[in-house]
Amino acid sequence: MSGSQTQIDQFLDREYAAGFVTTVEMEAFPKGLNEDIVRMISAKKNEPDFLLQWRLEAFRNWQQMVHPQWAQVVYPPIDFQDIYYYAAPKSKKDAPKSLAEVDPELLKTYEKLGVPLHERAALAGVAVDAVFDSVSVATTFKDKLAAHGIIFCSFSDAVRDHPELVRQYLGTVVSQGDNFYAALNSAVFSDGSFVYIPKGVKCPMELSTYFRINAQNTGQFERTLIIADEGAQVSYLEGCTAPKRDENQLHAAVVELVALEGAHIKYSTVQNWYPGDKDGKGGIYNFVTKRGECRGARSRISWTQVETGSAITWKYPSVILKGDDSVGEFYSVALTNNYQQADTGTKMIHLGKNTRSTILSKGISAGRGQNAYRGLVKVLKGAKGARNYTQCDSLLIGERCGAHTFPYIEVKNPTARVEHEASTSRIGEDQLFYCQQRGISAEDAVSMIVNGFCKEVFKELPMEFAVEAQKLLGVSLEGSVG
Amino acid sequence: MNPALDRYLATGAALAARLPGSGLPWVRDWRERARRRLGELGLPTHRHEAWKYTSLAALEKQNFEPLASPGTVNDVAAWQLPGGAHRLVLVDGHFVPGLSDLGRLPPRSVVKSFADALAQVPYLLENVLGEGEEPDALAALNAALATDGVFIDLGDGVVVEQPIHVLYLSTAAGSMSTSRSLMLVGAGASATVVEEHLGLTAEAYFVNVRSEVRLAREARFEHLRLQREGTKAQHLGALRVRQAAGSQLISQAVAMGALVSRQDIATHFAEPDCQARLNGLYVLGGRQHADHYTTIEHASPRGTSRELYHGILDGHSRGVFTGRVLVAPHAVGTDAAQANHNLLLSREAEVDTRPQLEIYADDVKCSHGATVGQIDENMLFYLRSRGVGLDLARNLLLHGFAREVLEKIGVASVRERLEQLLIERLPEHENLEGIL
Repeated sequence: MSGSQTQIDQFLDREYAAGFVTTVEMEAFPKGLNEDIVRMISAKKNEPDFLLQWRLEAFRNWQQMVHPQWAQVVYPPIDFQDIYYYAAPKSKKDAPKSLAEVDPELLKTYEKLGVPLHERAALAGVAVDAVFDSVSVATTFKDKLAAHGIIFCSFSDAVRDHPELVRQYLGTVVSQGDNFYAALNSAVFSDGSFVYIPKGVKCPMELSTYFRINAQNTGQFERTLIIADEGAQVSYLEGCTAPKRDENQLHAAVVELVALEGAHIKYSTVQNWYPGDKDGKGGIYNFVTKRGECRGARSRISWTQVETGSAITWKYPSVILKGDDSVGEFYSVALTNNYQQADTGTKMIHLGKNTRSTILSKGISAGRGQNAYRGLVKVLKGAKGARNYTQCDSLLIGERCGAHTFPYIEVKNPTARVEHEASTSRIGEDQLFYCQQRGISAEDAVSMIVNGFCKEVFKELPMEFAVEAQKLLGVSLEGSVG
Repeated sequence: MNPALDRYLATGAALAARLPGSGLPWVRDWRERARRRLGELGLPTHRHEAWKYTSLAALEKQNFEPLASPGTVNDVAAWQLPGGAHRLVLVDGHFVPGLSDLGRLPPRSVVKSFADALAQVPYLLENVLGEGEEPDALAALNAALATDGVFIDLGDGVVVEQPIHVLYLSTAAGSMSTSRSLMLVGAGASATVVEEHLGLTAEAYFVNVRSEVRLAREARFEHLRLQREGTKAQHLGALRVRQAAGSQLISQAVAMGALVSRQDIATHFAEPDCQARLNGLYVLGGRQHADHYTTIEHASPRGTSRELYHGILDGHSRGVFTGRVLVAPHAVGTDAAQANHNLLLSREAEVDTRPQLEIYADDVKCSHGATVGQIDENMLFYLRSRGVGLDLARNLLLHGFAREVLEKIGVASVRERLEQLLIERLPEHENLEGIL
């Protein structure tokens, strides 16, 4: 297969398509982290005192914590004093009232990324709360959403306009001391998105945020909080891409979801941050805490993720199934190529009666990529009739990659039924042969087989993302058969 | 410093001059290195990932002491394997020749106590025992304190037809019995070793037993660990195997006794074409806790491994299972399958299971599955619709579930004994005996 080897090399050498740097003037605080920086961030954003105190408590927690070592990933130690903890585009000083006032450099950046900000946004039916580095610069469709009583804004705006909601829900799913990176995020988070769907409202469009890391050496600390009140429904899309950069960039986001009685939250992610070059140089460190709580009966939270980017992914979108008859779902495709490392999975904590969860994880490793599924299914005493089904499959492409599975199952209720299945294999020679002898090239055959492997997850994605996801996999994988 | 750890280290240092092999510099050195290593590592706690679900608190709370000589046991007839066996009996960590009966062994085979082996044929042990560091804190604890054990060395092609039955008896409350065994199986040789553990006291005692096994090319070795300790016992067991090309390992671990027990079972495929079958069954009730931690290291090409563990948990008991399968780079053609199934019979019982795969090669076929649940309602319904009472139907299904593992045991006498023991553990088992 030397012919396909050449093609592999071509594909693997392909430059990161979204790699470019925007030259917008940045306003940054000095490097490093101490209480003063936390106070400065809070002051800069005119935050109420409760939030400052909350941040300080988180910071003190963080100082007591040790850097976690348990994940199946390897990277040099991070110097947390060598990071800028706040960077905002200068133009924030007199915040733009409309798109016309937005820095044209920024708009061009979105253009290149294909963010549907203008009419395209309307056509796509997507409202965008774009996060450029740390501060939201433009929000669309606010009015239309406001007519339904839906709040969809930047986190800073929510703190200003709806402090009571923020205070009520912030940190109730992921507390300040939850883990090392969540504590760090709680202390220094710069901005993020806030969504509130009132009782009985079905959000009329899919909400979407595009993240973008831009300032060099700037850790990005998003905080997202989504609350679906009783009977509400919302589908949220998160997509990421970052400019090419040689130095590792730290990203430690926190996403909290709260679903009250009968509410339904669907959270979809396509993550395509810069993975580093083919020698493993550079790339984003993506250490994210995502957790949802099905607080009310019959609520439902569904995570779908396609992870193809980042040098290191450390991410476990979880669901706490507190309400009776609530449902948690996790659908994931994680792909690692070159020197990428992913340690990802989920936790399903069953507390309520007749709670149900489904986990479907597909890991694909190529090149020297390392891909680990790490999951916990925990059924507590009160979770009568709880049900879990887990399936995690790994596909290996090339002899130098790795695929790992670390499921934890803890059951304390005899009426629970928990099933876990996992398999690991490579693309079968016979499958490839079958395709090739029918005139399908090795490239196309691999792409077809991988897409088939991921089909069950892709069908959970909203239409816009499903297309993007298949394209992403194609770019990252075609030809890497060996 | 941890006071319990200091205590065990001090005991080890005080005993050093009296432990077997203490006249040999390399044995003294081996024990000294073990004490140092134990001091460095400390006893495992919940913070160690491998010990997340099992606590050794009892070893810290109670001061278990090694006995200078074995307690009195008059007769072991009740535990003899029908059908014959080469029997070695260790009482409170000491080999008792009067209770043992080695019978007729084939030529070129050495089967004796660990202490005798160190006294008579130390050169056979030196290379294996002295090599490298002890792999973990409990292995180091075992090395530092081992008073005796078993030594088996089978020459190339030696076939031992009857099982070698090693009977470990504990007679005294508060005792600590530490045994180290070494089993070397020559090329093409074949043997079955049954290590059976019994408690003759209802009080708490502590057993720490470890077997190191080396399988040469094409060797075939079956190992059974029948853990039937007293209901207040603390039992730590370990089996570590290194396999050469084409060798076959069958490991069966059955846990029915002890308050807290832990089995560490690990095999390493050092050369191509190895096979391993790891089976296990834990049947627990009351406040019993049993932890099985298995590791299969596919370090060479074309290895095959199969693993099946079943658990039945009643009362307040807790079953823990970890199955690690590692596939090294270049271990192509690996075929590994693993399953752990658990039945919870009571509201207070608990299961924690972790089947894990770590794979660094691409041409492999690996799978694992784990389930936790109750007795299948449909099966119960089926039996009841045919006039079988509820209790009997439940017992039939439990019996069948356990048998899936027991029927894999090659030694008929052991299999039958375990089936009988299993039946006796089922609630209202009288109804079963008539029909089976």
